Amino acid sequence: MADKTFDWLNPFGSIDLGIANWADGIKQWAISNRDLIQPTKRFFETVITGIESALHSVPPLVMLAVLVLVAWQTAGRRTAILVGACLLILGILAPEAWGLAMTTLAIVIASVILCVLIGLPLGVLAGKSDRFEAFIRPILDTMQTIPAFVYLVPVVMMIGIGNVSGVIVTIIFALPPLVRLTSLGIRGVNPSVVEAARAFGASPGQILRKVELPLATPTILAGLNQTIMLSLSMVVIASMIAVKGLGNEVLRAMGRLDAGKAIVGGLGIVMLAIVLDRITQGLGRSGRDKGHRHWWQTGPVGLLTGLFAKRG
Amino acid sequence: MAEAREDVIRCEGIWKIFGDKSRQAMEAVRSQGLSKKDIREKFDCVVGVQNASFTVGRGEIFCIMGLSGSGKSTLIRHINRLIEPTSGAVYIEGQNVNAMNAEALRKLRAEKIGMVFQSMALMPHRTVRDNVAFSLEVRGKSEAERARVAARAIEMVDLTGWDAKYPDELSGGMQQRVGLARALAADPTILLMDEPFSALDPLIRRQLQGTFMELSAELHKTTVFITHDLDEAIRIGDRIAIMKDGVLVQIGTPEEIVTEPADDYVAEFVAGISKLDLVTAARIMQPFAAHVQAQGPQDTASWPVGRPEMNLNELVDLAVGTDHPILIASEGKPVGVVTKRALLRGIQGREEERAA
Repeated sequence: MADKTFDWLNPFGSIDLGIANWADGIKQWAISNRDLIQPTKRFFETVITGIESALHSVPPLVMLAVLVLVAWQTAGRRTAILVGACLLILGILAPEAWGLAMTTLAIVIASVILCVLIGLPLGVLAGKSDRFEAFIRPILDTMQTIPAFVYLVPVVMMIGIGNVSGVIVTIIFALPPLVRLTSLGIRGVNPSVVEAARAFGASPGQILRKVELPLATPTILAGLNQTIMLSLSMVVIASMIAVKGLGNEVLRAMGRLDAGKAIVGGLGIVMLAIVLDRITQGLGRSGRDKGHRHWWQTGPVGLLTGLFAKRG
Repeated sequence: MAEAREDVIRCEGIWKIFGDKSRQAMEAVRSQGLSKKDIREKFDCVVGVQNASFTVGRGEIFCIMGLSGSGKSTLIRHINRLIEPTSGAVYIEGQNVNAMNAEALRKLRAEKIGMVFQSMALMPHRTVRDNVAFSLEVRGKSEAERARVAARAIEMVDLTGWDAKYPDELSGGMQQRVGLARALAADPTILLMDEPFSALDPLIRRQLQGTFMELSAELHKTTVFITHDLDEAIRIGDRIAIMKDGVLVQIGTPEEIVTEPADDYVAEFVAGISKLDLVTAARIMQPFAAHVQAQGPQDTASWPVGRPEMNLNELVDLAVGTDHPILIASEGKPVGVVTKRALLRGIQGREEERAA
């Protein structure tokens, strides 16, 4: 295209900065340096398989009961009933649906744990420093808006197909709301309370641990809820790089134009989403909204401790 | 007081200029003596506090009175260095607060200075007890000691039984009692009160002023008390500083402020203040010798006798029973005379008689 004459009205046609080649170069470098990446990959692989086999080893009915109890504890009786119903629907959708859902859940759990490990410190930093916030904001915007297919290929080139790549792809998409809402939560803490903590001799670390993080917790948990929802919405795309689970069912059904199978996979994802959403939303409501009762004073645990207290 | 005054807090030439170019502005003030307006126009900086110097003695209650925006809240935050001065220094018991490192400063704040805020600034996620014990908690004191100290502080402000409640379960007045308990918990030398009662309704405010003054009489804390209410300043303060636009216009006892206002601004403020409890006989009396010179020797045997430190209220009580002037005697010797006319003018706040 260099021999093309330069057109003033359409200058863009003759400019080639070679960004595509340059990006491809990074990919080539990654391929030739695979040995560096493999040990890290193996570590995460074992973690994910560990979570997955743990979830699979629990009998479905026991898992259902546990999740219902957790929902009751975090969000109340009404939500517990809803969660139970959703899990029942998930179970009777198809014989293999429960197992697939657990595989998907394992990927989501692994992604969310990593999101928290990465996102919480970044969010706190962004909440404290305007400069860091200004720096990280466009990066977060990019992570959220860039189509997943763009980074799917380089990630696969670097790390190969499988669960680890799936988790990385999911983190790229699901991390931003946690960082944003952590920052928002830290910034939303009443400055006069922070000043009071300072006036009584608290160090910056103590202010963070004893004042800012506790007061920002409802907002941070709202961010966690969003992160979980987004990582669940990535399961179909992740299945393109050989991640098993409900997403894979949808993908395969698409390939075979099998509407029935697609509905099984899709509904399964929705049921799982409702369950996770309700449980984490319950976490997000602060103790003050619940009338200052501690978590051990409510729900099934409250019932148990109440029984023991009566006996004692 | 006769004994030598020991300064607990000493502020020396504190300037606070807000803005990105505060350093340059400060230089310009030093070299050229720019006015506030010049600084705003030339450097885009706002002067918060302008060359404030004062000392507070041990056990003294020092009121800083000013309207909103006068810089009084900025000034009080220099004492525990929540705000760094642009120029000047604060000394607490002879130690330069502005030269302290972070750890020494935290120790000072936690152990020597208690602060009460207008907005209460209680921590909503902590119980009353945990709020009160906060300064001990950050110093790493044991659970048992925290519980003991918090219980004592909560008892001082009559909130026993409320210690497991959360701040939002308490009324405004009770919340500020918690604020006071938190400030007193570590048994600090100094109390900083930043308009502590301004956000409360008048009845509760009076009640809390009462509580504060009782505690103050008992504990003898060196106190800096910020208020925009001159009545409150006069009721509470041993000395009052009047602040206007970042400048300490006048510092003096309530009586001095009321009877000898430094300028029109202060005069306007004190115009509506009742002098009955503030002005003493010593201020309005005519010296005995001058009286004898003017009126000739008189038989003072039937005159009521007062003391120089009696206030106008007490003088009125003496005056209503007789037609004679009041003889003011100190240690048995007559030192002055208060005529009816002088007394009435004194209540009005004018001192015609004395000037004449």
